[in-house]
Order: sequence, then C-alpha cells, then structure tokens
Amino acid sequence: MVGLATVFGAGGGTSSYEEVEHTDLILLWGSNARAAHPIFFHHVLKGIRAGARLIVVDPRRTESAAFADLWLGIDVGTDVALSNTIAREIIHADLHDTTFIARATDGFDAYAASVEPWTLDRGAAVTGVPASVIREVAHAYAKADRAMICWTLGITEHHNAVDNVLALINLGLLTGHVGRYGSGLNPLRGQNNVQGGGDMGAIPNKLTGFQDIERDHEARARFERAWGRPIMPRYGWHLTAMFEAMERGELTAVYCIGENPVSSEADATRARKLLENLDTLIVQDIFMTKTAEIADVVLPAANSAFESEGTVTNSERRVQRVRKALDPPGNARDDIWILAQLARRLGWDWGDVTAYDAWEEVRSLSPMHRGMSWRRLEELGGIQWPCPDEDHPGTQFLHARLWAEDPAERGPRAPFSVVVDEPPVDELTEEYPIRLTTGRRLDSYNTGVQTGAYTSPLRRPEAIELSPHDAAELGVVEGERVLVSSRRGEVVAPVHISAALRPGLAFMTMHFPDEVETNRLTIDATDPKSGTAEFKATAIRIDRLETAPGDGLARAGR
Amino acid sequence: MSVPVPLAPPRRLVEVTVDGRPVRVPEGSTILDACRALAIDTPTLCYAPNLTPVNACRVCVVEITGARTLVPACSRPVEAGMEIATDTERVRHSRRLVMELLGSSVDLSLAGEDWERWTRAYGADPERFGARMDPLPAGERDRRRAGHHHEPEDPTVAESVAQPVTIDNELYVRDYARCVLCYRCVEACGEDAQHTFAIAVAGRGFDARISTEFAVPLDESACVYCGNCIGVCPTGALMAKREHDLRREGSWDESRQRITTTICPYCGVGCELEVHVQDDEIVKVTSPADHDITRGHLCIKGRFGFAYVGRRDERSASRRDRADPAP
Repeated sequence: MVGLATVFGAGGGTSSYEEVEHTDLILLWGSNARAAHPIFFHHVLKGIRAGARLIVVDPRRTESAAFADLWLGIDVGTDVALSNTIAREIIHADLHDTTFIARATDGFDAYAASVEPWTLDRGAAVTGVPASVIREVAHAYAKADRAMICWTLGITEHHNAVDNVLALINLGLLTGHVGRYGSGLNPLRGQNNVQGGGDMGAIPNKLTGFQDIERDHEARARFERAWGRPIMPRYGWHLTAMFEAMERGELTAVYCIGENPVSSEADATRARKLLENLDTLIVQDIFMTKTAEIADVVLPAANSAFESEGTVTNSERRVQRVRKALDPPGNARDDIWILAQLARRLGWDWGDVTAYDAWEEVRSLSPMHRGMSWRRLEELGGIQWPCPDEDHPGTQFLHARLWAEDPAERGPRAPFSVVVDEPPVDELTEEYPIRLTTGRRLDSYNTGVQTGAYTSPLRRPEAIELSPHDAAELGVVEGERVLVSSRRGEVVAPVHISAALRPGLAFMTMHFPDEVETNRLTIDATDPKSGTAEFKATAIRIDRLETAPGDGLARAGR
Repeated sequence: MSVPVPLAPPRRLVEVTVDGRPVRVPEGSTILDACRALAIDTPTLCYAPNLTPVNACRVCVVEITGARTLVPACSRPVEAGMEIATDTERVRHSRRLVMELLGSSVDLSLAGEDWERWTRAYGADPERFGARMDPLPAGERDRRRAGHHHEPEDPTVAESVAQPVTIDNELYVRDYARCVLCYRCVEACGEDAQHTFAIAVAGRGFDARISTEFAVPLDESACVYCGNCIGVCPTGALMAKREHDLRREGSWDESRQRITTTICPYCGVGCELEVHVQDDEIVKVTSPADHDITRGHLCIKGRFGFAYVGRRDERSASRRDRADPAP
C-alpha cells in the first residue's frame, strides 16, 4: 500500500478482476493465487483461456505455476534484481514507451542509469533465473498490448517490501502498463478487509480516505470540525514500530482488536515477551487467542462477517456490504458497540451508534467514498473507489489521467524509483545453509484459529517441506521429525518432501502454531517504510534427531 | 475519461417468433432467452446460467420451422426470422418422455419445485416403465465396463441407478442415485470454473456415471473440495454433508431458514456469500450465480470454513483446558 501510495497518491490496486479476463499477459509475482486467492485465480483462468499468457515468479513451483507459460524460480529476496534486469533489457531493446515516459512520469534518466549495471548475465547470476528466460519475460511484458502485474506477500513480506513494490511499479511506468483497461499493478490483499482498513485510516499516516495526517491540513481541519477535537498533525506507529516502542518502554498500553500477534508476529518469542511486559493489554477478539490469554482485559467481540453490519473493501477497491446473519454468542458484542461504550466510560457519549451512522460519517469526511450510499452499495453490489458523488458509477481502473492529452488533466507525474538490490537480512552461512520461506495452504488461513474448526480432507500436519535433493543430502525421509533451527529459535517438525522446491529452499506455513511455532524461526527484520516483517526469508539448518540410518524409514512404516 | 474502455461491440436485436408471438432479443441470445423474454415456462435441467450449455438432458427442446430435428433451447442461438414452437405435440411428447425416463431411473425428489411443476404440467408418468429396481450394492456401477450392455433380469422392473450414498469425507456426500448425468459438476470442476478436472463421465450408455480418474477414492483424486460441483448440482446428488445429515435426521427445514448475503471473512478477493441460517446455526453457504466476482463459485474456505462461527465457546474452553507447552 505504501509503494502505490508513494507513486500514485492512492494505495490501491489499479485494475478490476474483470480486466484480468481481457488482458494479454498476467505476471503473477510472489503470489500463489491458485491456493491463496482461488476465486481471483478463476478470473486468471478465464484470461488464460481467452489467450493471455501467464508468467509466474515464485521461488516455489506452486499450484499457480502449474498453469503458467513460464515459471521463474527466483532465489528468495532477489525480486529487485530481477525487476532491474527486466527493465534494462526493455530499455536496451528499445521496447519502453517513450511517449508515456515523457508525458506522465518523472525521473526516468536516473532510473535508467541505476538499472544499467543489471545485464542479463548479472541478473541471472543473482536471481538464479536463466538469462534467456529473463529476456523472454522482458520482451513479452513490454510488447503486450495489455499486461498486468499482480503480487502478494511474496513481494511484501521482506525487509525491503516497499522497494520490491516500487520495483514492480517501475516496470509498469516503463512500458505504460498502468492506467489503461487491462493494464495495471495489483496487490492481492491477503485478508478480507486489509484494503478497507487502509481506506478507513487504520494506517499510521492517513486519515479515512488516504488523507495525509501531516500534510493535508484541509482534511485534518474537516475531521477536527466533525469530531470537535484537535488531531495531532503527526504520523503514528505501524505495528513493528509499536513493538520497538514497547522495547524502549515508550508504549505501555495496547488495545488489540482482532489480531493475534503472539502467534502471527515474526520472532514470536520476542513478541510474546514484549506483550507480557506491557502495563495494560486489552484484547478484543472473537476467540480466546494466545494473545487474549495473556491480556489483562478480554472483550468478546461479534464476528465481523456473520454477526455484524458494515462494509469491507476488496482487492479491486470495491466497497461491499457485510450483513448480520446471526446473533453473537453469550456476551460477545458488536465492535462498534464496544467502542462506543468505551468512549462513554471515557466521558464521550456517542449515543447509540450503528454501522450505518459510522458509514455516513465516512462519506461526509472522505471524498473518495462520498457517492457510496448504502442504498447504492446494495443496488450495485458494491462500488469501486473513488466514487465522489451519487451519480458516479465508481472507478473500474485507476490513473487513467496519466494518459490524458491535456497536461492539466494529466496531473502530477508518476515518479520512477531508483531501487537497490538488497539480499535478505538473515544471511545464508555454512551454519544456516537453507533458505526457509513461508506461505499459505489452500484450506487454511493465517494462524488457523478460524480454519482449525472445520474438517478439511486436504489438511495434513505442519511440516518442514524440503526439496528431494536436500532430503537426500540430509538423509531424512518423509515423516521423519527433525530439528529446525534459525538464529532465533528452534522447532521440531516432520519432514515433507516436495518437488515444488529447489535445492536449498524449504517451506513452512503459520497455520498450526499449536503443532509447530514457525514464527520462533522467522526474523523480525522489517521494512522501515511499511513495517512488514521478513517472513519470507529465514536462514535455517536441519538436524536429524535420530542418527541410525533408516530409522525414520522404519517408523514411517514403509 | 480520456482513455477508452473497450466494451463488447453493440449487439443488434434479432426478431423471432415463439409460438406465433414476435419477440426481439439481442443477437447471440439463445432460444431459451427468447422464451423467457416472453415468460414462456420452459423446463431445463442441465442448463445453468453460470455454465456453458452441454445439451445433455434435452428437456428444453423446441421445434423450429424447417428444421428436421428438435433443438435444445438452452444453447441454440436465435436467428432472424426464426419460427419457434414450444407447445406442439412433438415437443410436449419429447419433453414428457425425457422426464419419464429420468424419473423412472433416478431419484428426483430433491430436484426442486420447478421440476415437480414441469413433471405435472407435462403429465409425465415415470412409473409406466415398471416398478423401481432395488438399489445396487455400493461400487457395483463403478465396476461396469464401458460397452458391456447387460440384459435386464426382470423386464417388469425399471432399470435404475439406485445405490447407497457415498460418504467418504466430512464436507460433502455423493448420492449417485440422484444423478441425472447433467454434466454440470464436470463443467464446474473443469473448464467452466475450477480447472481441477477431478471428475468426468465414465462408461457409456446406461452405465455412464460421474467418476474420479480410475474411480479412485476422492481423497486420492485431484479434488480440492471447493464444492463448486455441489453449488451447481440440480438434483441433490452432490450435497454438503451437514445438509445431508440434517435431512437424514429429518430436521432440514428450508421454511425455517433465513438467507443473508455477506462477504467471505477470509482472503481479500471479496466473494459474496449467501449464508443459510436455521435455528441460529449456519447450515449452508452458497454464492449467487450472478455475482460478478464469484459467478456462484467459491473455494473450500468460503464454502465450508464457517464452523468456527458457532463453535467459539467450545473452542475457547478446549484451549483453556489444554496445557500450553509454550513458555
């Protein structure tokens, strides 16, 4: 969100799902959408059937890669190198869109100079992708009439997350693959309201509707008038900065709503310790999570999808209505009700505030949501922002202004960003020679508190997935329990041998913290701009627990 | 907006007559669209709005002036000046016979109110082919080899596909005694949506049936349990296990169910869910076929991952009881 907001001023994917069906090339970068966004992938499949090429960039040969024309199995954390190499090849082959660059972008010369050292051979050496394949991708992307780049956590769960996103945006600017129907830059959101959280201002530097707290004085004044309170004109902390502030003793009280950081944070041991040391920890959740277990106060909440009224925003910026199907159990209460009661105890009576009231306030304060009445959201099945007035149909794709003939209409130029290749923080050494990356499985979600409740025939226990080559080198067999250690912690996990992995690459999920606490291994090196932790790149070693050869074989009963 | 959005080319209107009544529909429309534009009640079974027509059941056939054979209304595009008849003796006879053949060999008791109405309207009498055969033992039909026709043992008994329900997982059951081979599940599993290709039609003639590759058990097949086959099944042959269990114990009651539309709580795609609630419990989740994000299709989490909603007290309790090994 930070990367897109930096370049274009709006932190949202630029295209609609429908456009994926009508594009010519889909570059899925750091995304296993087939498993993590299955219904988005249905649109990708329609695109493929209509003739689009699918190119997948992923260290693992995923379920998504199985549908691809080309799979680029890059080494973890070399995305900037790959992007820069592609860019240099496009420029050298004279395939960049010089008219678009001249009219709508800024900083091309510096960018072109910065990618100049990235020859195909150097790119191949750093990324592990053959030079001929990088060349083919560069030419295919640049020559496509319409092309999309879609990404997820494979791009953003790195210490240089924002640079990774900027590197992809650069490619869009270089070729003019943004701001047109079927051409765009799209982060697929991992959780049902990640986009909506950002829209509503649940990020440290923006008010509702991506209005800057420090710089947009007019917007801040509008909020101050509506709320009758001054708003501090300075940015807050993102999650990672909060943990740092806890470490410094500056942050002593946390009110945590619908998040389970004890299980989901990288370097879980540290996260738990910091939360335990707080003066006050309040947790509002639908479950007694591990974080709730160490809280001073637990406020049982209603489920936001099935027991509440309100809205969420999806990955194509569509604001959609959620509706109450059930009463919450026991003493669980709607989030808005809890917040209003808390406000009342703090001496501020909001009255009997409903989700509708809250939405009307959003509309009154956020210009990009102004045209979205609940009646219209119902009638149109959701509306894509921006939607400034009630006659506006919503916006199918963003940044069409960049193509306007009239310079005034074209507005501010979109800047290229010089991005430097930085390897993952957790270095591979002789002691920790294997690269562990993480991801989702189709039938599970995050730390498993929701998906653990249904019986999935696909579910298998957490495991350390190894390439056939590494398993043979280590002399371990399927199902054998091994010790997995990183510089921060160790866990015991059974081995699962996966042909999707290349030598030197291992894979685990976060879905079963009760079985294997994967985040004891991960590193909390974070991106300074977005605060995202580097879940995707941990250096580990594997040690056998039993030394007798064939022991594991015997135990597995084979 | 300065950048054009390519829209589909404008479609001309084509005029046809249905049962002598003129109607204008956009070119490329099907005969079924034209019938529905005139509110002519046309029976369908294998047709679904979110799938490509496969012309399997032939219950929607109509007569076209000048055409030798009856044509399926659900897939045949209209042509200018086409004269369509939906209520001739030939059409009525053909539709009735399809209903009777299906009704005599397949359990259509869950095929819905529309099907019941059409069966009555066409005077279909499935019993006229004889009494219903006893169910075959489980797996018997899967063992039959393609092309090996067998003589009926008792000509007074109507051959049928009756067999026990296959229950081999916790998410959905396969009740092939209700299967009319409409191909909808095959299409949803394959090219029309999911592209998993876990199932196909095996065998020939009356021995044809829906099967996994080499009839392997579901958990050894390519199935990813999205349940999109259940979503499109018109006869209840494929059914979520929860619904099956509630029906078996006699407590499934659609008149007591409330359907609420909301958004899936999992990933950020924004799939619209229809939540079916009976007695304060979510008993089924579907998605509307006309919703342009899902087109009626969901993934395993969206369709089946709701158990946690009603089980919070229980889960919290079990979590508290269990000693946490972590420090």
